[in-house]
Amino acid sequence: MLRYIGRRVLILIPTLAAISIVTFVVIQLPPGDYLTTLTAQRASQGDGVPTGEIARLTERYGLDKPVIVQYWQWISAILFHGDFGESFDYARPVSALLAERLPLTIALSLVTLVFIWAVSFPIGVYSAIRQYSVGDYTFTFFGYLGLAVPNFLIALVLMWVGLQFFDLNAGGILSPEYRDAPWSLAKLGDLAAHLWIPIVIWGTAGTAGNIRVLRANLLDELRKPYVVAARARGMPERKMTIMYPVRVAMNPFFSTIGWVLPGLIAADAITSKVLNLQTTGPLMLRALLAQDMYLAGAILLISAVLVVLGTLVSDIALGWLDPRVRLRY
Amino acid sequence: MEEPLLRIEGLRTHFFTSEGVLKAVDGVDLSVPAGKTVCLVGESGCGKSVTARSILQLVDKPGRIVGGSIRWNGATELATLDPAGEELRRVRGGEIGMIFQEPMASLSPMYTVGAQLSQALRLHRDLTKQEAREEGVALLRKVGIPNAEQRYDTYPFQLSGGMCQRVMIAIALCCDPALLIADEPTTALDVTTQARILDLMMDLRAQNDMAILFITHDLGVVAEVADEVAVMYLGRIVEHGTVEQIFSDPRHPYTRALLRSIPELRGSGARRRLTAIRGMVPSLRQVPAGCSFHTRCDHAVEGLCEVTPPPLRKYGEAHVASCHLDEVPAAPAAPAAPVLQVTERVAAETAAEPLLRVEGLAKHYPIGGGLFRKPSGVVRAVDGVDLTILPGQTVGLVGESGCGKTTLGRCVARLADPTAGRILYRTEQGDEVDLATVTGARLKDFRRQIRVIFQDPFSSLNPRMTLQQIVGEPLRTHGIASGGELRDRVADMLTRVGLRPEYMQRYPHAFSGGQRQRVNIARALITGPRLVVADEPVSALDVSVRAQILNLLTDLQEELGLTYLFISHDLSVVEHISDRVTVMYLGKVVEDADTADLYRQPRHPYTEALMHAVPVPDPARRRERHAFEIADDLPDPAAPPPGCRFHTRCAHVRAELCRTDVPELREYGERRSAACHHAAGLTLAGVGSVAREPQVDGRMAGRDA
Ligand SMILES: Nc1ncnc2c1ncn2[C@@H]1O[C@H](COP(=O)(O)OP(=O)(O)O)[C@@H](O)[C@H]1O
Ligand code: SF4
Ligand code: SF4
Ligand SMILES: [Mg+2]
Repeated sequence: MLRYIGRRVLILIPTLAAISIVTFVVIQLPPGDYLTTLTAQRASQGDGVPTGEIARLTERYGLDKPVIVQYWQWISAILFHGDFGESFDYARPVSALLAERLPLTIALSLVTLVFIWAVSFPIGVYSAIRQYSVGDYTFTFFGYLGLAVPNFLIALVLMWVGLQFFDLNAGGILSPEYRDAPWSLAKLGDLAAHLWIPIVIWGTAGTAGNIRVLRANLLDELRKPYVVAARARGMPERKMTIMYPVRVAMNPFFSTIGWVLPGLIAADAITSKVLNLQTTGPLMLRALLAQDMYLAGAILLISAVLVVLGTLVSDIALGWLDPRVRLRY
Repeated sequence: MEEPLLRIEGLRTHFFTSEGVLKAVDGVDLSVPAGKTVCLVGESGCGKSVTARSILQLVDKPGRIVGGSIRWNGATELATLDPAGEELRRVRGGEIGMIFQEPMASLSPMYTVGAQLSQALRLHRDLTKQEAREEGVALLRKVGIPNAEQRYDTYPFQLSGGMCQRVMIAIALCCDPALLIADEPTTALDVTTQARILDLMMDLRAQNDMAILFITHDLGVVAEVADEVAVMYLGRIVEHGTVEQIFSDPRHPYTRALLRSIPELRGSGARRRLTAIRGMVPSLRQVPAGCSFHTRCDHAVEGLCEVTPPPLRKYGEAHVASCHLDEVPAAPAAPAAPVLQVTERVAAETAAEPLLRVEGLAKHYPIGGGLFRKPSGVVRAVDGVDLTILPGQTVGLVGESGCGKTTLGRCVARLADPTAGRILYRTEQGDEVDLATVTGARLKDFRRQIRVIFQDPFSSLNPRMTLQQIVGEPLRTHGIASGGELRDRVADMLTRVGLRPEYMQRYPHAFSGGQRQRVNIARALITGPRLVVADEPVSALDVSVRAQILNLLTDLQEELGLTYLFISHDLSVVEHISDRVTVMYLGKVVEDADTADLYRQPRHPYTEALMHAVPVPDPARRRERHAFEIADDLPDPAAPPPGCRFHTRCAHVRAELCRTDVPELREYGERRSAACHHAAGLTLAGVGSVAREPQVDGRMAGRDA
């Protein structure tokens, strides 16, 4: 097992290096360098960039040096100082911007992941065991609905529902009266009342997808000879189902770790906008529109790294749970 | 009469599908007396497995027991028990054990064999974890698993198929069941492994005083194990009797046809056509009226058999058959039925130049390598093999699974790149080309001339392609034909392999195993090859279908002048089609001889062991082969034993040389060689001395499909 993890981690290093290079290339994509963009923008606003500033920035990003050196300066600043560069749009360090929004985004992603698992697992198992029952058809119908309806639409509907029936202003994650209040039970309750809406929205598609995968896998597994063999030796049905086929069919669950986490970081700005949530999604959108490349690059880099880490975690979980994966290495 | 352990009466199990009701089991009467072995035989799809599963209510949806009774121990009625209830659970595993055809797939890959074994133990017996472990290890030892302590903690996929079947047997035996239901327990195994599993089952039966309901399509196996035999056709028992009655005095035409189609070891060495049963088992969607066998029966009485269901006739104590004819005539009613066509071949002593000469061929696979890791070893799958094939000949290549036969075949067809050695192929122009060095477009041309028929008829055909696409594909990729010409050629090829050209637009799933294998053959032959590598082409097939396919291969060879390299683990199959036989063990050739010589007198102990692992379809000679048992599984091919690779299992191993020196392949007489230090001094038993012509043949000359 240790060997298996070791090899996974080893493979990680070149992957991460490749990701950083691709991100760097993306940052360099817009015509001209950071400085020309900045000067042009300031010029359009009527004021120039002080010479001292130009010299500082040239030195900071190594703009007068070869591309390799520029890359190194950029990545080493990130690695050793957590310095992702500066956003000229906000005129603030990227790291400060991220610090405001990343924790909430990651927290929301994790809770969404838990939500997806908690809902899709029982439903997936039920749908497979009671294939073609009324319940199975019902879940399948809602599953398709969840996959097909765009997130922002669900967001609008849920907000309307919240307002109409629960007298809840669903925007943001806290009601105005709690924004600056110290943490209390009431504030926690308010948080929960707000939080469920984005979680349901972001979790719907993933839940529907997971149910379908689990159902299909479990149906395959239930037809395997070992199921009949286990029955033939007198195992109680429920215990047998959970111990044997469900355990195998669960494998794809772990791959959701790989995409749910980073999925929210770079994407779905619209829902965040609609719900007025301070996640990184809208930040990314704005950065791209404004060609604020250090900010966009940072978000891109972080979500790509999270994809890789998520995959690593799911691989390790798989290896730990499935002897076939573990022992064939 | 004493009440039997299990009495099935009028059992009917039907499948309620969207295409109508399939009567898979339709009125079966069957009894299993305590301590006896009852065999249920019949071709695939006759309802044997459904019958077995009905006993424990294990039939999958949409199947259901719709009638009949299953009395267990004279008291419990199994057919009507609540399938989820406590009572049935106690019977399952506690009183009746069951084992299945695919041993590896019958164990969950997520748990160690020990975990599954101890769980079964604790289901029915009040044991602590520690006690269960001790008991489990003892059981593994009892079923003949070496190093039981260590094997207890391995996963099923780390064991061979034979070992997995032993584990399944251990699980089935864990609560001392009174009855063991074994559904084709050896069909997926090598003959050598099969022989050992059968022995194990018979020993355990005697020790535990247990009854066995043994399901198989192979009458050779029946002769080895049965006390009583029930022959099943399309959901009904058509004949029932003691094993002696069935083998010496078979009454039902179906039983007789089954008996005739066994590819028996004959030892005469001559190639001979097998007698096959005409056609195939009809679909359950259209069960023939009257006697359901009449569509394939040589003795059907017109106006009677296809109208009226036959009565059950009694032929003496416990011997019954359901046929309209009281006395089935010895010769088929149809006139001018061809007598067995004997394809005597003068073994190619002609001065013909060999079509293929393989010299020092080796193929090594690295093991355990990968990104960031050096291979931890190397498997010498093929390790210096010489082989010569004359044009028009069939060379049989024999050995257990894992001996390197398939790898050799793939190298010859250049589907794998050999590590060393030469593959000299004689072109139509008469010059020799070393295929091992040919690449690119020239190789593509040779791939048209050398074709492969693969083993598994179920996974080797793309389910999303029609027959026309499957069979026509090689024509297109080699640019031989397209459009209308392609269609004509495919139609012609399908006709030759015995499939109707109308099937061209159908998809593989609509066909049975035998038909799919015909498609495979058509696909291989469509490019007009000169050499065909047939890799276990009949191993996955029923005995009766096997005979049809072997005959087809023989016919095609004569028609098209083909040369075959025929790979099999079963010497009885090889005898019927080969002119020469090469025996391989762990990557090396151990014996090489003309078919007749090899079977009359093997020169290598491994050949002898393989030969005697084949079940003899004669109950009187049961257990004769015990003298030739070989132990254990194949050694790890990555670490073959030193000296003679066979010495760990050889019955004739001697102190001198065997464990230290590698035996060379040496000539012994004309055109035969063996790699054994003591070959000259050993007298090994062939089959010639004890072989007999099958008696049924004498009484009922058969007709081929
Ligand atoms: N799940 C199923 N659905 C529909 N038909 C089935 C199913 N299982 C088995 N059958 C039918 O029952 C018949 C008998 O099958 P089986 O008992 O497996 O035959 P055997 O064991 O003699 O090869 C087959 O023709 C098959 O089509
Ligand atoms: S009843 Fe007729 S068709 Fe059926 S087996 Fe007897 S002779 Fe053949
Ligand atoms: S060399 Fe020795 S061990 Fe090998 S086959 Fe001959 S007798 Fe057996
Ligand atoms: Mg079966």
